[in-house]
This record gives sequence, C-alpha cells and structure tokens, in this order.
Amino acid sequence: MSDAKEVTDSSFEADVLNASKPVMVDFWAEWCGPCRKLSPILDDIALEHADKIDVVKLNVDDNPATAAKYGITSIPAVYVFRDGEVAATSIGAKPKQVLEQEFAQFL
Amino acid sequence: MIATGLKVRSLSPIERFIKPVSTETDNGSNSPSDIRDVIIVGSGPAGYTAAVYTARANLSPLLIASSVTAGGELMNTTDVENYPGFPEGVMGPDLMENFEKQAARFGTEILFEDVTSVDLSGDVKAVTVGTGETFRARAVIISTGSAYRELGLEDEKRLSGHGVSWCATCDGFFFKDQDIAVIGGGDSAMEEALFLTKFARSVTVVHRRDSLRASRIMQDRALAHEKIRFEWNAEVAAIHGTDKVTGLTLASTVDDSSRELAVTGVFVAIGNDPRIDLVKDQLKLTGEGTIAVLGRTSKTSLPGVFAAGDVIDPTYRQAITASGSGCVAAIDVEHYLADLGDTVQTAAEVPTPVAEQVSETASV
Ligand SMILES: Cc1cc2nc3c(=O)[nH]c(=O)nc-3n(C[C@H](O)[C@H](O)[C@H](O)COP(=O)(O)OP(=O)(O)OC[C@H]3O[C@@H](n4cnc5c(N)ncnc54)[C@H](O)[C@@H]3O)c2cc1C
Repeated sequence: MSDAKEVTDSSFEADVLNASKPVMVDFWAEWCGPCRKLSPILDDIALEHADKIDVVKLNVDDNPATAAKYGITSIPAVYVFRDGEVAATSIGAKPKQVLEQEFAQFL
Repeated sequence: MIATGLKVRSLSPIERFIKPVSTETDNGSNSPSDIRDVIIVGSGPAGYTAAVYTARANLSPLLIASSVTAGGELMNTTDVENYPGFPEGVMGPDLMENFEKQAARFGTEILFEDVTSVDLSGDVKAVTVGTGETFRARAVIISTGSAYRELGLEDEKRLSGHGVSWCATCDGFFFKDQDIAVIGGGDSAMEEALFLTKFARSVTVVHRRDSLRASRIMQDRALAHEKIRFEWNAEVAAIHGTDKVTGLTLASTVDDSSRELAVTGVFVAIGNDPRIDLVKDQLKLTGEGTIAVLGRTSKTSLPGVFAAGDVIDPTYRQAITASGSGCVAAIDVEHYLADLGDTVQTAAEVPTPVAEQVSETASV
C-alpha cells in the first residue's frame, strides 16, 4: 500500500521530533478510504524530495496517544515537523500538485 | 463468423495510426491519430458505467478519475443497501472497486489525475489534467458528481479537520464517547447520525424544519435510536472553539431565540451542489445549477458533449440513477460518433435511431 516507514507512539520522538531533516507524517488508518488514495502520492513526494524531507506514516488506530497529542480529528492528515515542532499541516486527501504547493517551503 | 459485408468494428492501434484521415477539422498541431473517440471525466457510478458501455462498444474510452477522490461519493459511505443485485447490501468502497475493475476489464484506460480545464467548443474537445497534459477526443462525457455544501460560516473552514467534518466514516473514530452534532435532515444526514452512534456518546441532529426529508426507513431508524436526539427548527449560527470545536450556537428558524449546544464534533450533511466549475462557462445550466440536458438524453447544449449522473440531476441522485444515466451517455456517444459517418475515424457504428426523438422531447 505504501512504502513510507511506520512510526509509532514509542518511536515518534526519535524518528520525528529529533530528526535532523523535516519529517512529513501521514496520519492514517486502515478503514480510511481517502487515506488509501493519498499514500501513493506521498510515496511519490518522498521519492522526489528525499534529500529535503522524510515521509513517514502513523497508524492512528495503533498509536492513539500521538494522534490525540496533536489533536487529530480528521484523516488523512499530513503534518510536517521541523525541529520537534509542527511546522505545517494539511488535512484531507489532496492532489499531488496541491500538496506540493502547500508544502513548497519544505520541498 | 462470416466477415463479408460486416463493418470492421475497430482498428488496431497501428491501423489507427497509419490510416490517412482526410477531413480532419481540428485546429491543434497534434496528429489526428491522438484524437480519441471519447473521454469520460469522473469516476463515480455514472463515469464507470459510461466506461463499461463505451469500452464494450470498442470506443477505447479514457476515463479521468481524479487523483484522490476516485470512486466518487460512495467511497465515503459504508453499507449501500439499495443498489440492486446485492441482496445483503454492499460496502460503498467495495462496490466502486468492482465498478473500476469492470470498466478496466473491457479496456478502459483509467488515469488518476484531476481535470483542470476543458475546451468543449470545437469538433475536437480538449481536456487538460493537473500535470499539464492535454487529451483530445470527439466526444466528452462529464460525470463530475456533486460536492458537499458548506454551512458558509466563518469558523467552519478554520475548524475543518479540528472537529468540523463532512465524512462520518472517515472521522467518526475520533469522537469516541463524545457529544457530537449532525447538521441536516436528509438521508445522508441520517446515515451519518446512525453511523456515528457507534462511537459517540450522543448525536444531536440539527435540522431547519420540523420534519425530516430522509426516506421513511432512515427516519424510523434514526428516530428510534436511543443515542440520537433532535433539534428541530434550528440552524447553526456559529461554531465555537479555538483549536478544536467546543460548541455551537443554534438559532431558531421560527422565532428569535437561540441556544448553545456543547459538542466537540460537527458533521455537516446539508446537501450537495453539482460540480460544474469546469464547464459552467461553456454549457447551459438549469435553474438548479445542474448541467442542462435534452429530455431523457445526456445531450448538453454543445454537440459532442454529454453529461451524466448527479451533475445533471437535481432530484434523484442515487447510485443506481447515476449508473443508468452513465449508460444513457455512453449510448448517446456511440450514436453521435456513428452519425459523424465517414468524415472522421471512429469505432462507433450504431447511428442515432429514429426513436431517439421521443427521448429528446420526452413529455406527457
Ligand atoms: C454519505 C453518502 C451516502 C450515500 N449512500 C447512498 C446509498 O446508500 N445508495 C445510493 O444509491 N446512493 C447513495 N448516495 C448517493 C450516491 O453516492 C450518488 O448519487 C452517486 O455517487 C452519484 O454518482 P456520480 O457518478 O454522479 O457522482 P460521484 O459519485 O460524486 O462521482 C463523481 C466523480 O467525479 C470526479 N471528479 C469531479 N471533478 C473532477 C475533475 N475535475 N477531474 C477528475 N475527476 C473529477 C470525482 O472525484 C468523483 O470520482 C450516498 C451519498 C453520500 C454522500
């Protein structure tokens, strides 16, 4: 379904908050239809911008603490973290061109 | 089978390419060989049904599905109980996956991109997608469906994804044991409300009138549900919350009173508007904002342009009616292309039958 690395409640700090590069987190779940449409697009973005940004995904079913901490109430939700802070967010499945525009400063 | 006297049904890609075409009327610089018979815009029940029919008629349709909302509205629902042929019901996403497979089986080319502009005026229509690529065809079927309506409140956008939602199946999970509201009185509002009872502590349906528009069976289920309450004759005047929704102000539609409703989630299901942005300056529309078509056909105000599904339908708007309408469009396309006769290269062979006049002028 997607090539992105899975992060969890317990690995979130190391993989995302303490990362040296900006990290794009895809909050998703198995039962979320639009998430399935979005993940290949994020895979593309990951591939094309690998030098600038890492793309990972977090399953909200399995990792409720992180989802709750960032107040996720709608998925798919894409959050970009830089230096441990939320630097940008985008909610809903959107076309690649739109995401690239929204996250232009990180790509 | 004896081939004598039978018209060749379709040309191989190479034959298409090398066959000289003398009477092309297109003004583009591309070679005529890249002109398709038909492009379908949209991948709901209407678009996929049109694809199945045009593909089986050898018209090699290109269906542009959209990049992230492919499959249409039914992708956002769970059980579909009224699509005939599924006595036990079927999950919306499963149904649409089957539609896609059936369209692909007969050779539909499916492109997961968004159409950003169309030029429908000439004999050859141009359809451009998000990557900038343009495709050309003699016939186009517009089946872009409808988009959910927004309340139009200032805080709605700001809190969208932070308690304001249009998709119960996507977001219901985040409202476990919480009090939430569903706005609307139709079938989709009842469906959302019933679905949300799986997670929420309570669901308050806010409706502008004192009775529901929903079908009897959905009304009965919602009215009987112990977790569902109703706020009649009320509309949302404001949504509150800084980072997340904390409540609503409801204004009465019958007097000047208003009241607060403490909820952490708001699901908006107040109806849909036809998705006509692409075509609204090129095609005639109805007073309801849908694409105008001739009688019971799919013919729009421009020759070679057909429309199907919720985008032409202010009334029925069901998966089965959208499918039926996609079938009509596919057959209309075949007739239209065949009528162009030998002046163009097309795989269509069945011209418009005389009986079609009755469909065009349908009335009692
Ligand atoms: C929550 C909910 C539950 C429902 N339940 C039922 C039910 O139980 N039974 C029933 O019969 N009906 C149900 N319906 C109604 C049904 O979903 C619609 O009537 C039907 O999907 C309409 O089909 P359509 O093909 O016209 O449009 P849609 O299904 O809306 O599909 C339109 C397609 O066009 C695409 N599109 C739009 N613009 C572009 C563009 N620019 N480029 C490319 N693609 C584009 C969209 O992405 C989408 O794929 C429900 C609707 C909702 C919202």
